[in-house]
Amino acid sequence: MSIEVRQINKRFGDFVALDDINLDIQTGELLALLGPSGCGKTTLLRIIAGLETPDRGSILFHGEDATDTHVRERQVGFVFQHYALFRHMTVFENVAFGLRVRPKHTRPTDAAIKQKVHTLLELVQLDWLADRYPAQLSGGQRQRIALARALAVEPRVLLLDEPFGALDTKVRKELRRWLRRLHDEMHITSVFVTHDQEEALEVADRVVVMNKGRIEQTGTPEQVYDQPATPFVYQFLGDVNLFHSRVHEGWAEVGGTRFAAPEAGDKAVIYVRPHEIDIQRIATDKALAGVITHVRLLGATVRLEVNVAAGDPVEVELTRERYTEGRWSVGEAVWLSPREARVYAG
Amino acid sequence: MAGTQNAPRSIVTTESPLVRWLLTAIALLFVALFLVIPLVSVFAEAFKQGWQLYLAALIEPDALAAIKLTLLTALVAVPLNLVFGVAAAWAIAKFDFKGKSFLITLIDLPFSVSPVVAGLIYVLLFGAQGWWGPWLAEHDIKIIFAVPGIVLATVFVTFPFVARELIPLMEAQGSEEEQAALVLGASGWQTFWRVTLPNIKWGLLYGVILANARAMGEFGAVSVVSGHIRGMTNTIPLHVEILYNEYNFVAAFACASMLALLALVTLAAKSYVEWAAARQAAEDRRQAVE
Repeated sequence: MSIEVRQINKRFGDFVALDDINLDIQTGELLALLGPSGCGKTTLLRIIAGLETPDRGSILFHGEDATDTHVRERQVGFVFQHYALFRHMTVFENVAFGLRVRPKHTRPTDAAIKQKVHTLLELVQLDWLADRYPAQLSGGQRQRIALARALAVEPRVLLLDEPFGALDTKVRKELRRWLRRLHDEMHITSVFVTHDQEEALEVADRVVVMNKGRIEQTGTPEQVYDQPATPFVYQFLGDVNLFHSRVHEGWAEVGGTRFAAPEAGDKAVIYVRPHEIDIQRIATDKALAGVITHVRLLGATVRLEVNVAAGDPVEVELTRERYTEGRWSVGEAVWLSPREARVYAG
Repeated sequence: MAGTQNAPRSIVTTESPLVRWLLTAIALLFVALFLVIPLVSVFAEAFKQGWQLYLAALIEPDALAAIKLTLLTALVAVPLNLVFGVAAAWAIAKFDFKGKSFLITLIDLPFSVSPVVAGLIYVLLFGAQGWWGPWLAEHDIKIIFAVPGIVLATVFVTFPFVARELIPLMEAQGSEEEQAALVLGASGWQTFWRVTLPNIKWGLLYGVILANARAMGEFGAVSVVSGHIRGMTNTIPLHVEILYNEYNFVAAFACASMLALLALVTLAAKSYVEWAAARQAAEDRRQAVE
């Protein structure tokens, strides 16, 4: 089912949580709301769910206005950041809850509930935990039970608030692949909130990057990563080096390398990702001179920190092989030249 | 309530054996002097002249009337405060509204006001010379020096127990589980019965036990509004006082022994609830840590 978000505004006191948000979510897609904490992404998710009411604007489910529909009747599945499993109920009862509270005439029989719950527990591969209590489960297991519980009511939309936020890195990676596969099987319109750009880029069909209550960019993972619409998106989706430059006849430059600058203004900010910088020992007039001050090994890649004459230290990322071949070491004089860059008016 | 029994004892905070022994001895001596000896003496005095006199003192009509009135008072006051306590705690812990801290202060009022003053408030309101006294007399409604006054005074003094117990508990638990229940289609009522109540049941029971003990044992406030009419408006504590003032020591202590027994039962029940709640809290903590 499609969701349309129309001109949503929300304030908490003086704090503007959401400022005129418009968003179309297609049927069956998996959408990520990505942004730093306090950007309004969770508030937007809660407004879609009906757990929060917007000050202005409307939410349409499949073209129908659902703004005033009570959360109870919205038929959404919501997975809370800390799962919010009912602590005094077994896993089975947790998953069965949504079916048991239905009014008598639509409530399935006990046998039907039992079958449905077991089917769902099999889907999340935790059928063997049916009689346990939430306190006896690991974080990853709780996460999957929370998902099974949300799916039990056959929601039209699945909403997940920082679904992997409270898990350790390894479990997190497993679970997000698993969620992606699950989504591919079920095709339920899903929205999840995250502050982790890697998670958003890996799992989602489309990513909505948010900042300070506004949408910065909406697009596929490739689009937001390769063609960031704003400096914020560029910075948020990965590490970045900043260079300030004056604009001469439509060109900005970094250590002699020229890049096309936007029309407006005579100043520009140039963003270069650490892996888009070439490093060499031979001085050229089109390179930036500097000295290596730190070397950090990060598994498959290596980060060099290079002090340059003007501005902040520059980060350069090399593959392990290139680092070993080059035998770079701290204290060496090097010359840097950016291969690619994005230039925004400064 | 949650125990710290699992916290490892650090060598830094452990005293020498002599100091530990001394502190324990002082504490035990104090407990014996001020708690155990009086308690034992109550029963000793009560049974001084044998079983028959003890029983006779309890089944004498005025004593029976006092027991009945005490039970009736507790039966009305405790459920009233249970409902109010849950409602107030729910409102305070799960919602933000104007005047919240004022409401919390109000709930504490009966703790900070002398019970005698509490009783006098009701005399001032409902007594013959009170604000509504003439109107009540006209309609032949008796509150002061009658059962309704006693119940009112008791409700007042036991007011904070349940709410005070539940507010911190509900605040700590937050409202995410309730939200989850609502999203899953539960009504407000279903959410309360199936999610909220099971989560607070031990704290609620604890508050009810304390409120009940206070309701049955209250002297000051009830004494002011009761009028001490034998067989009519005497609760057990008031009955004990009258017997004692009449030098009927065996009967006085016999009735007092019932209150002492109630205290012991309350302690046992309270310990059990504390134990059960601590177990639940430990489980919650484990859940929160992981």
